[in-house]
Parts: sequence; C-alpha cells; structure tokens
Amino acid sequence: MRSILLVAFASGAPLALAAGTEVRIGMQLEPPNLDPTGGAAAAIDEVVYANVFEGLTRFGPDGSVLPGLASEWSAEQGGRYYVFALRDGVTFHDGAEFSAEDVVFSLDRARADDSTNAQKALFANIERIDIIDRTTVEIHLAEPSGDLPFNLAWGDAIMLDEASAADAATKPIGTGPFRFERWVQGDRVELVRFDDYWGEPAALAKVTFKFISEPTAAFSAMMAGDLDAFPVFPAPENLAQFEADPRFTVSVGSTEGETILAMNNAKPPLDDVRVRRAIAKAIDRQDIIDGAMFGYGTPIGTHFAPHNPAYVDLVEQSAHDPEGAKALLEEAGVTDLTLSLKLPPPAYARRGGEIIAAQLRQVGIRTEIENLEWAQWLEQVFKGRDFDLTIVSHTEPMDLNIYARPDYYFQYDDADFQALMASFATETDADERQRILAEAQHKLADDQVNAYLFQLAKTGVTVTGLQGLWENAPTQANDMTGVGWSE
Amino acid sequence: MLVWLAGRLVSLVATLLAASAVVFLVIEVVPGDPAAYMLGMNASEQTVAALRTELGLDRSGIARYLDWIGGWLQGDFGTSYTYRTPIVDMVAERITVSLPLALLALSLAVALAFPAALFAASRRGGGADAGVMGLTQLGIAVPNFWFAMLLVLLFSIKLRWLPSGGFPGWEAGIGAALTALLLPAIALALPQASILTRVMRSSLIDALGEDYLRTARAKGLSSGAALWGHALRNAMIPVLTIIGLQFSFLLAGAIIIENVFYLPGLGRLVFQAISSRDLVVVESVVMLLVAAVVLVTFLVDVAYAWVDPRLRTR
Repeated sequence: MRSILLVAFASGAPLALAAGTEVRIGMQLEPPNLDPTGGAAAAIDEVVYANVFEGLTRFGPDGSVLPGLASEWSAEQGGRYYVFALRDGVTFHDGAEFSAEDVVFSLDRARADDSTNAQKALFANIERIDIIDRTTVEIHLAEPSGDLPFNLAWGDAIMLDEASAADAATKPIGTGPFRFERWVQGDRVELVRFDDYWGEPAALAKVTFKFISEPTAAFSAMMAGDLDAFPVFPAPENLAQFEADPRFTVSVGSTEGETILAMNNAKPPLDDVRVRRAIAKAIDRQDIIDGAMFGYGTPIGTHFAPHNPAYVDLVEQSAHDPEGAKALLEEAGVTDLTLSLKLPPPAYARRGGEIIAAQLRQVGIRTEIENLEWAQWLEQVFKGRDFDLTIVSHTEPMDLNIYARPDYYFQYDDADFQALMASFATETDADERQRILAEAQHKLADDQVNAYLFQLAKTGVTVTGLQGLWENAPTQANDMTGVGWSE
Repeated sequence: MLVWLAGRLVSLVATLLAASAVVFLVIEVVPGDPAAYMLGMNASEQTVAALRTELGLDRSGIARYLDWIGGWLQGDFGTSYTYRTPIVDMVAERITVSLPLALLALSLAVALAFPAALFAASRRGGGADAGVMGLTQLGIAVPNFWFAMLLVLLFSIKLRWLPSGGFPGWEAGIGAALTALLLPAIALALPQASILTRVMRSSLIDALGEDYLRTARAKGLSSGAALWGHALRNAMIPVLTIIGLQFSFLLAGAIIIENVFYLPGLGRLVFQAISSRDLVVVESVVMLLVAAVVLVTFLVDVAYAWVDPRLRTR
C-alpha cells in the first residue's frame, strides 16, 4: 500500500515550493468574477486589488490614501476640480500603454447610466474629465469635494484598457505587479509576477489564491502545510492552537467592519429614542465579543472605526446598564415588548444574536429570532425594511454617509445630520473635516440610531517567515506587493 | 426486446419533461433577487434594475421556461448570473471532478463489498459472519464527513502522505489528481460498501437456499463453485438496484464531502449557486442530475434484462 502511494506521489504530485518565491493564500469565499467594477463581492478585491488592477490612488496598510497610477494630485478652486499627474511608462499586462485616455474610459464606464458598478455613488459627483496631455488629467466635479482621492482608491475605480475591459470578468488585464494566469473555478486563482511592471517588481514569482469555505477544512489545510497563509481565518476557535505552534504566526488586526444591531427607526416603538437607548444599555458588548467572536473585536460606541485617527470613544455613553434600560422603557411607557430579530449567516450575527436575545430578555424585551440567508436578508430587511432588529457588519471605510440616506434600511431621517454630511463632502480643510467627523459621531451616539456593538477583528494565520501581509483591513484586499519570505 | 426498449425510452423523455417543469416552478418560487444579491448593499435601485434587465430576469416565467428548454435542445444550458460563463462549460469542468470521484468511490465500495459479502455468506451464522455484520453496522452508523475529517487528521496532518483537499486538475498528472481524490473516495465508499455488503449477503443467502443450488451441490459441485457459478449471478438483481441508486447519490450527494475536501465539484457548485440565487445554474444542474439518475435507472433495467433472462420476454 505504501509503495503505491509513493508511486502516486512521484508521478506528479505538487513538489515542495521553489523556496521563497511562491505563496498559497487561503480565502473563504470565491469571487464570482474578477472584475472589481462589476459587482459588490469583497472576494473580487481580495484577489485582484493592488495585485492585478490599480487605480489613480490606492489604500495603504493603515488606510491612508497613497499615490497609485497618479504620482501626485492637487485640488483647485476649493476642490472644484483636481489635476492628476499620471506616471509615465506604465503598460497593461497585454502590452498596451496606459495614458490619460484610459482614465477617461475607466471613469466614464463606471459612471455611465447603464453601468452595473456597485459603488456608482463614488462617481456621481464627477462632471467631466479633461485630458490635458498624455500624462495629465483634470477631473471636474459638480460640487466641490474633499473626497475624490479617497473615492478613487476604491477597487471600483481601478483603471482598465478599453480593448480588454469587456473580458475583465474572466480575463482581467490591469497594470499591477502580478499578471492573471488562470482561474480554476471552484478551486483557485493563479497570478504570476509581471516583469514589465512600472514600479518595483514584486518579491514573489507566483501567488495562488485557494478557496476553502469550510472552517475545518481551512484548519486542516494550514496544519497539513497545503497553504502558506489564511489572512481572514474562518475558525477562530482554532487560533489558540496556531498561537502555540512555532511553525505559525497569528496576527490580530482591525477592519473597517462596524458590527451593529440595526434598529428600524421608522417602526414604533423603535422610533422613540428612549426605547433605542434602552436596548443599547441592555447590551453588554464584551459578552458578545467573548461569546460570539472568541474574544476578538473592539467595542465601539458609534459608527466609526477605532483605529481611525478621527475616532471618538463613546462606548461609555451606552455602557451596559440593565437598570437604566428598564427605567428608560418605563419612561417611554413600553411594556411587554416583542421584537423580531432577523439574522444573516455570519457567526457574528447568528451567535451574537442569541446572546443579545438573552440580554434583552433581562430587561423585559422578548425577541423572535429568524435566521435568513443573504439573499433573503437583502430582500426582506434591506430592500423590504420588514424587520425590527437585525445584526450586520458594514465593511466599507468611512461609511458615515449611510446615515444621511433617509431611505437606507434603518430609515434614520434627520435633517441636521444630512446637512452635516453635506458640509463634510465639500470640505477640503483637514482640521475642519476632523471636527465635522467628531460632531457626526456624537450625533449618531446621542440619537442612538443603532446599537453599536464592536469592530470586526481580522485574525490571520501565516506560516512563520512569510512577511508583508496586511495586519489590518482598511479595505478588503490582499495586497501582495510587499509580501515575501524572510531568510 | 426492441419494443420494450422503445417503451422505456419514451417514459425516460416523459420523466425528464415532467421533472423540468417541477424544477423550474420550485426554483422560481424561491424568494430572493439574484441581482440584489450580486450588487450588495450600496447599489442604487437603478443599478439593480439595470442588472435585472441584463440577466433577462424581467421577462415572464413562461418565456424564460421555454427559452431554457429550447436552449437545452440545442446544447445551450444558459449562462450563470454570477460567473457570467456558459453553464455547459462550468458543468463540463466540474464533472471532471465529480464523475471520477463517484466512479472511484463506487469501485472502492464494490471492491470492498463483494469479497466481504461472499465471505460472510459462505460462513453464515458463524463468528466471521457476525464480525462482518458488526463492521458494516459501524460503517453505516458513522457519518461519512466525520470519518473524512479523521482521515485528514491522520493522513494529511499527522503523516503528510496525502493532501488535505483541493484538486490540482487532470493536467497536473493522473497520479496527482487521483491522490487528491483518494481520501474523499474512501470517505464516500465506507458507508456505501457497508450497505452493499449487507444487501449482497442477504441476497446471496436467499439464493443459496434455492432448490437449484441444492441440485448443483448434489451433482457434486463444491460449495465455493456453487456460490460463484450459480448463486452470485442470481443474487445480483437487488445488488444492481442498490449500485444504481448509490451512483446517483455519489454524483450529487457528495456535496458535504466536496466541502470538507474543498473539491470543485458539482455538489459544491449547486450549493454555492443556491446561496447566491444563481437560479439558472441550480435549474440546469438539477436537471442534469435528474437526467443522470433517469439514465442510470434505464441502464440498470437493461442490466436486469441481461442478468435475468426471465425479464427479457416481458
């Protein structure tokens, strides 16, 4: 039996990797296609962002906006239009030259009427794009705004060549340090180093993304040595075992995922701020972090990421206070309350939901839990607004402006907040922007639009010796440009 | 014989048509908009509507059903909403994993079951027979995905003999591909082999009690020769039925094993398509599996006729 296995091995089983130049990364969800401008799935960006495709600007590992295909830019007329200086000598993976025309093509394609870009709102403010010369463009906005460089760093704003854009979903051709090699659907995507990259060539010769959805299989694959890293490891219960093993390194970072207990602000009695505050006070955040997330996660008091320099710590304002919660409910004249709690598939919702239900029962609120798949959740809760409470994590960076949309699923309609967000959009002075953000955070906490639970942690497992992977996730991506094996 | 064959073919087509109507209706009724799922929470109403039009979701149910059936007749199974690739290509790729896996598992199951059943039937009532029966009981009771995880713990993590999952593709070499399918096939084969052993053993014991067997022995045939030459062939009918059913189960029911070993097979495709509301993929793959089951049943019927002459004259 052993000899048969050995023969099977010898006749083509994958050999040990060419030391130091190849990496196999595990991912839980497979991207539905490879065009980040054509759909909302985070998995697409996790494979291609910064690796295959680049935009005018890019996100750094700490969330800052860095130059990408534009080496520098300036805001003119108080942010009425921007001048971008593009890099010279940039080629796409098929040899086509990158120039100002590609900028116009890509941005016009994203903001077209029939575009299926999931973040079309990012481009809504663009009025027109002027080509000054081959390496200079001017982007004119309808309203002055300080957000443009930030918006252009998103994966939905990457640069495409007109000739290859139509097939981007299956044959992505970008300007990044890695070239798309093949996609074995259901199994893996292979990228190889692009030798004509405009910048510093990548240290890795080949990157393979393997898709493993089952948490136990993810654990087995890491332990068996079939993978080199799993940046968003789906089985937190196993992390202690990896931490104890010197072959592996566990990294715990933060993400842009604000996990909230969303409340339907338009449905009585949740339209009464006292009831919402009572629900927030009934919740013990640390219990949820320990019980549902195995201790990984940072409590938040408002809809903002703690690692962001503009963060205001308002956790104490809605600290665990069951007696205070009961008093508020009595004041609001609410007795015998039963609320529906609709939960999408992720563990933070399913497990967190059970814990919250128990905590709410302590203050006399009964909940009816309903588990939904994502498609059902989108239909019932997000589109139909047929819910009382739900738990979801909002993973887009700087997404405070969802609270300025009165028809967003939790239906918070406050003119003051909307005015605040409008002033932020047009403000270009850094200090003033920080001040407005602080005011917005206070308002969201004071009005207790939702119960703000915790910031999702990013727990990753890597084989010791592999360096350069992002610890935090300011955007959902696996930037492989700085990744390599240490000696 | 030809008339019988023609009759079976007609009933095969009728079954497929009826099944297609049922599959289409059931899946259309499921709530959840594929376009909304694909575009996520930040997309506007117009973008979702634009995508619905692009996918053809705003046409009537009857129009889409007829288009789908019409496409089938031309070999076009539709285009996946999420992957935007022709489903026939996706299925062709996935079947290169699921079909060999099913065949490998079935071969292993048969290779295990036949000798075990023969052994047990020839020593029926004795300690060896009880031993085999006990083992098969265990084999049926143990969940195959749990057994799969044990196999991974031992052979992949501890011994590093075999990969913990994944499929390198047939272009990586037959050896590498079969190595990747070995553990999943073993995990699938165990309960199937157990069921097959028990069915075959009781079927053999029935055959061994028949008059013609006693005649054969009286004529001087050894018990082994009698078992092999006479009892076996006559015990095959229930065994063929079970093998046919098991093959159908292995083709699509291996979804849990495909998840444990993260194999890019048909079962996982359907599972992912259901979550993402990729209705066309679900409908087409389910229909394909229905067709496979109907075909296998048809072949089993033909095999009956070959094995049992009594059935040929009907």
